[in-house]
Amino acid sequence: MARIIVVTSGKGGVGKTTTSAAIAMGLARRGFKTAVIDFDVGLRNLDLIMGCERRVVYDFINVINGEASLNQALIRDKNCNLLYILPASQTRDKDALTLEGVGRILEELSKDFKYIVCDSPAGIEKGANLALYYADDAFVVTNPEVSSVRDSDRMLGILASKSRRAELDEEPIKEYLLLTRYDPNRVRSGEMLGLDDVQDILSLQLLGIIPESKSVLTASNAGIPVILDEKSEAGQAYEDVVARYLGEDRPHRFIDDKKGFFRKLFGGRS
Amino acid sequence: MKMSNTSSVLEFKSSTFFTPILILFSNEIAAIEQTLQDKISLAPDFFKNSPLIIDVRELNKSALEVNVAEIVDMLRMIGLFPIGLRGGNEQQNKQAQKLSIPVDAGRDIENNLAVQEQNQQKAPDKHSAESTAVEDVGTQEKTAETAVSKTLDATEKSAPQAVPVRAMIIAQPVRSGQRIYAQGDLVVMSQVSAGAEIMAEGNIHVYNTLRGRALAGVQGNTSARIFCLDLQAELVSIAGDYKTSEHMTKQLQKKPVQVYLQDHALIIKEIA
Repeated sequence: MARIIVVTSGKGGVGKTTTSAAIAMGLARRGFKTAVIDFDVGLRNLDLIMGCERRVVYDFINVINGEASLNQALIRDKNCNLLYILPASQTRDKDALTLEGVGRILEELSKDFKYIVCDSPAGIEKGANLALYYADDAFVVTNPEVSSVRDSDRMLGILASKSRRAELDEEPIKEYLLLTRYDPNRVRSGEMLGLDDVQDILSLQLLGIIPESKSVLTASNAGIPVILDEKSEAGQAYEDVVARYLGEDRPHRFIDDKKGFFRKLFGGRS
Repeated sequence: MKMSNTSSVLEFKSSTFFTPILILFSNEIAAIEQTLQDKISLAPDFFKNSPLIIDVRELNKSALEVNVAEIVDMLRMIGLFPIGLRGGNEQQNKQAQKLSIPVDAGRDIENNLAVQEQNQQKAPDKHSAESTAVEDVGTQEKTAETAVSKTLDATEKSAPQAVPVRAMIIAQPVRSGQRIYAQGDLVVMSQVSAGAEIMAEGNIHVYNTLRGRALAGVQGNTSARIFCLDLQAELVSIAGDYKTSEHMTKQLQKKPVQVYLQDHALIIKEIA
């Protein structure tokens, strides 16, 4: 049986798709057969971040409607042969998703895959609700600013009440926090919320802090999940996230600014 | 509710159930029966095997003779289950007890909550056998409570229940956008986020940070209170009187406080 992970946030632009791509790649590279599904029907993005946009033939909606088989629609990643992408439809909207259809596909994938990563759209409407409905674990992606924290809090309420696990009164979805676009300099100057401020409101198990980094944008534009950029802080941070999720105990990094005096003086930035 | 480990044969529980109250204004059995039949024909499934409490206060006020046995027989005939008598005099209460129908002494219920509570606490002990029966039948009626009070009981705002309302205890955080409503007291062990709303007909206790809205005594209980360990609330309200965070004293922010009404003024006071 596969473990179903939803990457969610409520707010848009916080790094859900970047995170989905990175952790799916991280899990697959550790030897687990992993599928990553784009639930953002109508605003297809995951294929771009994964660099497979030119190989999309069939999509998630085609499979739900029975117009293509799952095998026809799944795209094998070019960097890792244990990673598969199920792209969203760009020409349809979220109404094309059905609870029954999503359930059927997740069940079919569960037979063959170890992890299924669901990349949720922003908002709290149908797409987001269906992305989280069948989840076992939730990665709540939050930026260190008040509106993102508020939206994540709202999402946590929905995770606790509107999932399959909640409806069947089973063990609740396990919720983890991923703090992305974190900039210790701006936290120190008070422009950004600190980890403590965020945890004061959300109080979740922290899987990792992803520092604000130019390498994220570079990787996105190149269509390579940032976790493959092992030299970048963001790539290392995602590697830590995957390790912690799988039960490894790794100390948290990137909370404080560790740059030396001289690098700071000469404005060195990674 | 978990099974207690003291006995596997039985255990005592206390629960609240909604039961229609039949308030009689006339002592003419035929007229009562006709009116009831008319009501039942509007919603036969709803009234089928419905438990019922007979209220004869109005009859006694107007000094009309009541034959409890006759009324009970008639109600059973048309498929209702009388399970209690309220507002009866000594003779009527005796009659009811002979028929194994519990009696609520009901001294001036509306004006004296304390007395009512005492009576309610006594009731289950006296008539434990009957109260079990109430549980079984009563649960089905719970969802339809409002409908009942409209059809049967338009004059009375909230029907006093047979057993006191249990406190609702919430252990999980109450997240932004969530709403919680408790019919009695509400106890929240975790934090209440900004944008969340917690409401109770009784008191509210928050043993953590209160950032959202808290409304106690929402059915008009002016003696209800709110207690919290860390006040950062957006709004607090007792029986409709409210204060928003803008109008709360800065010194009380992030302090343990209680909120109550005194001479129609909402008081927020630090718990020393």
